[in-house]
Amino acid sequence: MTPTLQTFLIVSAALFSIGLLAALSRRHAIFILIGIEMMLAAANLNFIAFWRFSSQTQSPTGVMVAIFSIAIAAAEAAVGLALVIAVYRHYRTTNINKLDQLKG
Amino acid sequence: MNTPSFIIISVLTLAAALAAASIKKLIHAAFFLVAAFLGVAAFFFLLGAEFLGLVQIFVYVGAVAVLIVFTILLTHREEETAAAGFKWIGALIAAAIFVGLLWTILQTPNLSTDAPLIEPLTVKKIGEVLMTDYVWPLQCIGLLLTAALIGGLILVKEDRDES
Repeated sequence: MTPTLQTFLIVSAALFSIGLLAALSRRHAIFILIGIEMMLAAANLNFIAFWRFSSQTQSPTGVMVAIFSIAIAAAEAAVGLALVIAVYRHYRTTNINKLDQLKG
Repeated sequence: MNTPSFIIISVLTLAAALAAASIKKLIHAAFFLVAAFLGVAAFFFLLGAEFLGLVQIFVYVGAVAVLIVFTILLTHREEETAAAGFKWIGALIAAAIFVGLLWTILQTPNLSTDAPLIEPLTVKKIGEVLMTDYVWPLQCIGLLLTAALIGGLILVKEDRDES
């Protein structure tokens, strides 16, 4: 038995759920960014798996979409980490539970 | 595409991702994240997208991981990481979404086909397509990266003249 599209989708779903777990349950801003990066990597894995198992592999559409997705993820990581540093300068903390100035 | 390498890569990737999500020390989580990204790059190699695997290693392991480590060094305080808690409701939601995704994947028909034989995707082909069909997305990505660069610089710039 060789790996089919189904097994790749299951692995990708597991990776996405682990990223979601990190983003939802940790209270530290950098852990949340790590979780978001994992979810984006799982989405890229799905793009490539669907491209590889589709019948028309002459046009590299899936690879192109994944390349642009990686570029967007890099921009997101740069701005997100800059935001973490800016928040740390203002509040001297990176625990998102302590950032409650807008709380009524 | 053979089964043993697929099993080894998937087990290592998911174990590294789980360790990165659940470990206490932030810097160790960053290193486990690098291992998970290397596993995803190995999946890309396995699926015949070698160029994308190399891009994944360059961008994630070379740039994003270094950025995360630098941010940890700039903002790290030991007692805070220990104090930052863990919400079990998040784990519950993630498990529920995983079960939902798994159920949908297992219900969908025609997913068990084998991969068709393809001619290898060369960098020449990717470059040609990038400069013809995808030239407008490429320009937009360039604009986006410039905007992200300027935005990151403005966000971390110290405004000394204010105080």
